[in-house]
Amino acid sequence: MIDILNILLSESFWAASLRIASPLIFGVLGALLCERAGVLNLGIEGIFVAGAMAGWMAVWLGAGLWGGVFFAMLAGAALGLIHGILTVPLGLSQHVSGLGVTLFATSLSYFVYRTSLPAVSSPPRIEPFRALDIPILSDLPFVGPVLFQQTALTWLALLLVAVIWYVMNRTPLGSALRAVGDNPDSVDAQGLSVYTLRIGAVVAGSSLMALGGAFLTMSAFDAFFFGMVNGRGWICIALVIFASWQPGKALLGAMLFGAFDALQVRLQTEVGALVPGQIFLMAPYILSILALVIAARRADYPRALLTPWFKGQR
Amino acid sequence: MRIEPRSKVSKTLIISVPILSSFAALLIAAIPISFAGANILQAYQEMFFGVFGSVFSFSEMLTRATPLIFTGLAAALAFRARLWNIGAEGQLYLGALLSVVVGTGYFDLPPLLLTPVIILCGAMAGAVGMAVPTFLKVRFGADEVVTTLLLNFVILIFIQMMLEGALKDPMGLGWPQSSPIVEEAMLPKLLPRMRVHSGLILAIVCAVFVHFMLSRTVWGFRVRAVGENAVAAKYAGIPVHRSLFMVAIFSGALAGLAGVSEVAGLKGYLTADLSPGFGYTGIVVAMLAGLSPLGVVLAAIFIASVFVGADSMSRAMGVSSYLADLVVALSLLSVLVGGFATRFRIVWSKRQPGDNG
Amino acid sequence: MGKVLALKGLSKRFGSVQANEAIDLDLNKGEVLALLGENGSGKTTLMNMLFGHYLPDTGSIDVADRQGSLQPLTLGHPQISLTKGIGMVHQHFTLAENLNALDNIVLGTEPLISFKRNTGSALKKLEKIMHETGLFAPLDVSVGKLSVGERQRIEILKALYRDVRILVLDEPTAVLTPQEADDLFDNINTMAKSGLSVIFISHKLREVLSFSQRIVVLRQGKKVGELVTNKTNESEIAHLMVGGGVKSAERETCTPGKAVLQLNQVSITGRSKRDSLFDQSLEARAHEILGIAGVSGNGQAALASLIAGLEVPENGSILIDSSEIEKPTPKKMIGAGVGRIPEDRHHEGIIGTMNLADNLIIEKLDDQEIQNFGILKRSKIKTNAAHLCESYDVRGPGVDAEARLFSGGNIQKMILARVFEQNPKLILANQPTRGLDMGASAEVRRRLLDARKNGAAILLISEDLDEVLALSDRILVMHDGNLIPAETRDRAQIGLLMAGTAA
Repeated sequence: MIDILNILLSESFWAASLRIASPLIFGVLGALLCERAGVLNLGIEGIFVAGAMAGWMAVWLGAGLWGGVFFAMLAGAALGLIHGILTVPLGLSQHVSGLGVTLFATSLSYFVYRTSLPAVSSPPRIEPFRALDIPILSDLPFVGPVLFQQTALTWLALLLVAVIWYVMNRTPLGSALRAVGDNPDSVDAQGLSVYTLRIGAVVAGSSLMALGGAFLTMSAFDAFFFGMVNGRGWICIALVIFASWQPGKALLGAMLFGAFDALQVRLQTEVGALVPGQIFLMAPYILSILALVIAARRADYPRALLTPWFKGQR
Repeated sequence: MRIEPRSKVSKTLIISVPILSSFAALLIAAIPISFAGANILQAYQEMFFGVFGSVFSFSEMLTRATPLIFTGLAAALAFRARLWNIGAEGQLYLGALLSVVVGTGYFDLPPLLLTPVIILCGAMAGAVGMAVPTFLKVRFGADEVVTTLLLNFVILIFIQMMLEGALKDPMGLGWPQSSPIVEEAMLPKLLPRMRVHSGLILAIVCAVFVHFMLSRTVWGFRVRAVGENAVAAKYAGIPVHRSLFMVAIFSGALAGLAGVSEVAGLKGYLTADLSPGFGYTGIVVAMLAGLSPLGVVLAAIFIASVFVGADSMSRAMGVSSYLADLVVALSLLSVLVGGFATRFRIVWSKRQPGDNG
Repeated sequence: MGKVLALKGLSKRFGSVQANEAIDLDLNKGEVLALLGENGSGKTTLMNMLFGHYLPDTGSIDVADRQGSLQPLTLGHPQISLTKGIGMVHQHFTLAENLNALDNIVLGTEPLISFKRNTGSALKKLEKIMHETGLFAPLDVSVGKLSVGERQRIEILKALYRDVRILVLDEPTAVLTPQEADDLFDNINTMAKSGLSVIFISHKLREVLSFSQRIVVLRQGKKVGELVTNKTNESEIAHLMVGGGVKSAERETCTPGKAVLQLNQVSITGRSKRDSLFDQSLEARAHEILGIAGVSGNGQAALASLIAGLEVPENGSILIDSSEIEKPTPKKMIGAGVGRIPEDRHHEGIIGTMNLADNLIIEKLDDQEIQNFGILKRSKIKTNAAHLCESYDVRGPGVDAEARLFSGGNIQKMILARVFEQNPKLILANQPTRGLDMGASAEVRRRLLDARKNGAAILLISEDLDEVLALSDRILVMHDGNLIPAETRDRAQIGLLMAGTAA
């Protein structure tokens, strides 16, 4: 017990939690944007892979770290556009289109990577984002090392939570997005374009999802591994429901998850001999299922989620 | 130009769309092939002869198609009821797990009984694997897409745990693999010196059985009604939750049989890399088949051909074999778009929005 | 009086249906014009073209600008129609329930790419409008929590906020009590006096005569008449509306038999007080039609769910033929002899993508007639369907065609066939003629009266008060989850009960 308390009070634990949470923050915010507008985007897992690969590859080819961020977002936007066109004006199954995008994005990323870089014993590495050492603030006790030694991408994630919250709740665009996910007719009757709003939300959301992937190869690690995304996209889908489609709760959910993941890594070293390591590996997924089960009943689903809307059919 | 719903869908259109979509995907594959710097025509040639070039390669394709028929049926059946079973991958491994638990000689059963017991246990294990998420859906409203997906990861880790612990082959030189299944319990091979095995027959029998159940029985009627309009089905007195559970059990069982087939028909023992994504590919097979059980057999053969052909082409020409996964993904997207064409048509009219008249 | 609107030669075709054919219509400033026609005559289609939801196949529209001169209107864009001063209150409300009224009203009026919202000035303007017109609604509550009447007022405020000069109302009184309808039109007349031009769509003769200055009648997509209201009468308009006479069935006297349905102090708690029943009892007897009058949203859905077997009551009991149905399910109710005509034919009544023959058997899948050891008897199902279609005059693309391809009237006949062939003891008819044209409506009512004559008990839930008055032997009024017996047949008195004020 004392060990757990020690862990919970240590700076390195919370710093690690935030680091683990960062890709999830991007993913949950991205899924939130899509779903609030009424579109389920199951392409998230594949978009994570594409963002990871595109971002890394751009840096490898000399575009610089922020160039990598740009290309990752571009890849996400392109994939989002495919999903958006299939599901919004064509009204095809959001489930199948999303899974198709995941399969497409994953296989395309793997193919491009493998074709561009021959197989070697250890994958090539880039110079990733380094921890941002902000003078004075980083020296604050406890808060310093946790918050102020994260990379720029983590900062971007935290900033985006506030930005998305503001846009959704305080701007006309946010009103329109929330309305189109509840009753597309309300938006159409006021002269706005349902198609543009929904596709726009999906494209924007997908760019954020891609950033989640890019974080893995450009901040958390420095190389691209096959299978590195490992279900994080699906975990984000579960967390969005848990977060009731609200940015603040999304941050909370991601942090809780990150904390739990960081905890289990540390616990493993303590208890490793008694319990097989795989129990701890399973924990994140089981936790996500649990979160989903708890949240599902009381969830305030966007009313028009999964329902296609067609122009001129009244 | 306007989009109008079609009132009648001709059968020819329904059958030709998946075929055209598959070929479209193969054609689009020319782009990544040339990106890899390979000669396109040669690549297609290698792919074709990689499957049809010899009896052995053809049999290899059938061997590859066998698990895909099972997982394709699992997906098709579930999707007909609008139950999104994305967990076939995990259910496959559960079936494989039970095969090994029962079949490696731990239980003292006469050899003649062993095979049917393995099949039964494997199916039941898969069934449980889908029954749990369905229970969570019915009881708690938890979306089965996410739960089945996440469960795949849990099951795979569990399998790894078993393979390094309780099920580890003491004579396996330290590799994380299970003991082999007893020789007499293995599914018999169909042709000498070939790997294709009677799992294929079982798969085709299952396809016919599922087709019959869906289209000719009251049970199938209920399943289809629930999938097409659960509200009206409930109103009419059809037990929606019970129907969903039955579908879940059958769907999971079919996926479990994929695992049984791979372990007890092909490999003989269980490893953590038994399935290169058969569960997920099964979804593409089901969609290409238009969710028709008989169509699943044909679609599985097509997808298996793509994989075996691409493998062969990859060995011959150095193009990454991820090309196969790419073609499969493209097939799914193009059959989706093609499906749109069967339900809607484009009407050319001279009037455009913005005209004053 | 200047002309503010001129529709010229508008036509629209959907597939094989000519919804509108060469329609001309003029509207003058400050005028209240009624667009009358039975269900399916093309009224909503015409107005949808005006508002920009549909693009006309032929024809043009001229709208007066602020100076009063008629300008051609760019067609097919709601946002353009809105900027030219045309507003529409749709039959099915176009409100986002997760936003409050203010957000809904302001939606689309501010540029999307902007960093903040102008709620202050919007509030001021809205308060002014509310005071001028007398239309009040809470602005800071989520629309999902508001009543139907409040939502309708918000829809109208939405249009007024955008300074519309022409306001179209589609079936505005469908969701109102008689008094609320009076109040609404008082408000409309006030607005018309200050220059607003109004078109309201209706299929109700009585209201068109009471509230309009001029009437345009549509029938089967064509304009068949244009009348000045105070110079015409009910039978002239009715004749134009329907073309020939439609014989409406007469209700003969029948002696009621024993009680078939008994609800004893049943309670259901729904999501809001209006979806609930609290401690309610009723009795429906053989050879009798019990009419439940009331505006939708007062607990009718809960009552219907209960009798359909979809809900289990928290308290109280349901008895069919004096035997209690414990833990009701749809199957049990069907088995007990309850025939149910659902409120929403398309979502609850049929499985649209299954064919007609299959839809006719969905309630009797265990019947020996259509299955043997669980295997369907295909040919029997087909002959059953052909037989029923003939008896019930179901017309359309054939028994093999998907059910969703049939017209509303034929779908309802299909449902009637399914219900009546089981010879039910009790029939739940929930809004049975909603959306149907007069011919189909008359047929449905005739069948209900026939069933009554043959001994069935019928529970008729309808928001059409005239229908309730014509068909029912006894009337209960539903308000806020309570059933109140109506001792009178006076419309005004029943209207007061519907509004919750004691007679």
